[in-house]
Amino acid sequence: MAELSDELEVAVWQGDRAGGAMRIYSVPQRPSQTVLDVVTWIQRNVEPGLSYRFACRVGMCGSCAMMVNGQPRWACRTHIKAALAGNHLELRPLRNLPVIKDLACDMSEFFHKWQQAEGRFYPTADRHEPVAKISPASPRRAAANKGIECINCAACYAACDVVAWNPGYLGPAALNRAWTLLNDVRDGAQKRRQRAVLQNNGCQNCHSMQGCASFCPVALNPTAAIAGLKRTALRAIRQGQV
Amino acid sequence: MLGPRLFVAQRVSAAVMAPLVLGHLLVMIYAVQGGLDSAEILARTRGSLFWGTYYELFVTAVAIHAAIGVRVIAYEWFKVKNRWLEVVTVMIGCVLFLSGTYAVYAVVA
Repeated sequence: MAELSDELEVAVWQGDRAGGAMRIYSVPQRPSQTVLDVVTWIQRNVEPGLSYRFACRVGMCGSCAMMVNGQPRWACRTHIKAALAGNHLELRPLRNLPVIKDLACDMSEFFHKWQQAEGRFYPTADRHEPVAKISPASPRRAAANKGIECINCAACYAACDVVAWNPGYLGPAALNRAWTLLNDVRDGAQKRRQRAVLQNNGCQNCHSMQGCASFCPVALNPTAAIAGLKRTALRAIRQGQV
Repeated sequence: MLGPRLFVAQRVSAAVMAPLVLGHLLVMIYAVQGGLDSAEILARTRGSLFWGTYYELFVTAVAIHAAIGVRVIAYEWFKVKNRWLEVVTVMIGCVLFLSGTYAVYAVVA
C-alpha cells in the first residue's frame, strides 16, 4: 500500500571518470522501502539514463553496493529508515573504485586483487579420489568458516582507509579470501599464497582500523582474518618457508 | 608501503622495545621516590656498561621502529614514493639513532 504523504530528498551522484555532480530528486516515501527501491523509482520515473547495478534484490549477489549517506551498504538490503538523515539520502558510487558511470563502478581492480592474493583454490585431488574428510570442529576449518560467506560486494574495500591512502593495497576482501584458503587443508598452493599475501602491498599494510568489519553486510571480520595472516606470515618467515 | 622485511623489522623492534619500556618505567618510578636530580641519575649511569647497553639497545629499536612507522605515514598521507621514500626512512632512522646515541653517551661516558 503506497504512502505518498512524505517525500524523500535524494541526492544522487551522476557522472563518469571525467567528473560529475550531485543531482537532487524528490522521491515518494513508501513503507518498507529500500535504497534500491528509491534508485529504481528515480530511474523509471525521472532519470532513465541513471546507471546502477543490481541483480538478486535479496542480498545474495553483492552487486548493488553503493555509498549511502557516506557509508558502504547494499542498496537492496538497506531500508531507507536505517539510512536516512532527516528525510535526506545521499547516494554515491562505492569509494576506492573507479567510476564507470553514475553509481556503477569498475570492479576489475577489486577482482584482480583477489587473484594477486592467490584467492583461488588449487586442488590436490581430482574427482576420482574420495572426498576429503574435514571435521567442521577442527581449528583450521572453524577459522575458514568465519570468513567463507563473502560474496565480493566490495563494501569492505570501500570502507578501508588503507586502500584510500595506498591504492595498491590488496584490501580486506582479497586477504580475507586468502585466509580462508590458507586454512583449507585440501589446497596445494600454500607457500605460493603465503608469498602472495606478503607482497609489498600485502597483509602487513593493514592498520587494524576495522572499517571492513564495521561495514561488512554479512558481519564478517576481515580485520581478524588479516591478523591471522600476519601471525601466519611471521611464523612462515621464522621457519624459512617464505 | 611495507615490504615483508620491514614488517618483520618493525615487529622485532617492537618486541625488543616492550620489555625495555617496562624496565624504563619501573626504574623511573623507583628512582623518583626520594626525589630526583641529575646527579642521582648520573651516579647510576656513569660508567655503567649495563645501562649503556640497555639504552643503546632501546635507541636502536626506536630508530628502526619509528623510521618504519613514519615511512608508512609518509607514503600513505604525503605520497612520498620510490627513492624518496627510502631516503626519508633512512634519514629518520639515522637522526633518531645518532641523537639517541649522543644522549646515551652523555649520561654513560
